[in-house]
Amino acid sequence: MMYEIRDLRLSFPDMTKKLLLGPAPRIEVLKGLSFDLPKGAVLGIVGGSGSGKSTLGRAMLRLLEPSDGSILFDGTDITHTSEDTLREMRQRFQMIFQDPMSSLNPRRRVGGIIAGPLKLHGMDNLIARVNEALDMVGLPRSFAERYPHELSGGQRQRVGIARAIALRPDFILADEIVSGLDVSSQAQVLNLLEELVRELGLTLAFVSHDLSVIRRLCTRVLVLHHGVIVEEGTTAALFDNPKAAYTQELLAAIPLPDPDQPWA
Amino acid sequence: MTSFLQIKNLNVRLKAGIPILRSVSLNVTAGQVHGLVGESGAGKSMIGKAVLGTLPRALQVTSGEIWLDGVNLNTLPAAQRRKVIGAKAALIPQDPLTALNPSKRIGPQITRRLVDILGWQKSAAEARAIELLGEVHIPDPKRVMQSYPHELSGGMRQRILIASAFAAEPKLIIADEPTTALDVTVQKQILRLIAEMQQRHNTALLFVTHDLGVVSKTCDTLSVLYAGKVIEDARMRRFFTRPIHPYSAALLAATPTYTDPTGSLTPVSQAVIDATEQEVREHDMRAGL
Repeated sequence: MMYEIRDLRLSFPDMTKKLLLGPAPRIEVLKGLSFDLPKGAVLGIVGGSGSGKSTLGRAMLRLLEPSDGSILFDGTDITHTSEDTLREMRQRFQMIFQDPMSSLNPRRRVGGIIAGPLKLHGMDNLIARVNEALDMVGLPRSFAERYPHELSGGQRQRVGIARAIALRPDFILADEIVSGLDVSSQAQVLNLLEELVRELGLTLAFVSHDLSVIRRLCTRVLVLHHGVIVEEGTTAALFDNPKAAYTQELLAAIPLPDPDQPWA
Repeated sequence: MTSFLQIKNLNVRLKAGIPILRSVSLNVTAGQVHGLVGESGAGKSMIGKAVLGTLPRALQVTSGEIWLDGVNLNTLPAAQRRKVIGAKAALIPQDPLTALNPSKRIGPQITRRLVDILGWQKSAAEARAIELLGEVHIPDPKRVMQSYPHELSGGMRQRILIASAFAAEPKLIIADEPTTALDVTVQKQILRLIAEMQQRHNTALLFVTHDLGVVSKTCDTLSVLYAGKVIEDARMRRFFTRPIHPYSAALLAATPTYTDPTGSLTPVSQAVIDATEQEVREHDMRAGL
């Protein structure tokens, strides 16, 4: 198993309810989630805004520390691991961000951006590794000399992907990475991700609000609603036979590009 | 049929000369929903902005006519044009968070249009606003009139903007990606509400969206834009069953649907893009650009 997650809870202080004195009351965002993520799986995490899907992703990468429960990453408990120890482990789990414009430093060239994490982890042969990453995401090597603003949205997102895979991680979290893209670049990025998962043997968690995109890419799906897992299973089972009322409601609300879909 | 909005050969350019809209023509009648679809940068929002006179400063209309409810906007002096637009057209914006003033209560934000543009009495305007909030299914309209935007959910705020858009009984509503910021379940409610209001008030609706799924649920007709040029005009059903332009067909093939278990997606091919670009160049040659 890549991940074994048991009774995961995470809460934040609710500053809107804080009294003048004393600590703010805590609001629980993840309310006891348990699931396993097998190696090589592509897990779709879906839910409405505020359902906790991004928070779950960030907890899996230990960008956030759970308040209760446990997270096992490839058999190692990382629930409360210190930041120093985590730093070395982070090579094994990487993240691709939603907005490639704000997650790429505008003052650095693409080559430098991709090399950043490699340097951090003390790798050698930087140029060769950057070139290899660019090859894998289908960008010309000459792009290493360009700045992010010179690229289109889809190309920028490929740079984000190249940066994540350059370290050859075991697991990647992709948080809403195609929601800002047009359908044509979206299709390209999804096709690319699928190819990379196959070629590099990646395990992927794909956070999205778009069930159509999830069906396209994912092997398993987890539906979150108000911080609780309402349904989890294989993609085929979930789409062909959704059990939870919330999943059914979500599916029924998606407007398909088909004038004959009963929707009203 | 009365044409509430007629655009003839509209050209918009960056002041530096780069074309943004290329000879766009379209026609929307009472009770009709016309979609503007295309990828980002295709100019779909700019058409709405040109009609409302809210183009960014760097852009200017270089030629073409915009007729709003039988009035040629180009022939009017600026002040009068603003008055006509204010009375006859309204916008449902994309982001319900930024479109409302966070420091003002909801009530005055809805009544302002009635008081400022139509010269209504404040009390009459307030009564009308409460009535409108009821029409968009907001429970307890009187309380909401006194609320601040931050006290309301995204869906509620979008309902308020819809009420506000219909307040002065405009002939034309321009909805610019009105549900992009919302969850799918809320999106469904909001799209239904827009359709309901549009039919009740018999307005013409110009619907800007990049989501072909949304188009198939809302529009009667649509224009597909590429680089500021309308490359296909179609009735909605015909567009989805028999798209004529290769770029339209490519857009459809690139749109994921959860009902397709194979889920194969075909990105828009370079050949299609090249051919469409060529068309745009030929248009520019003819137009002497």
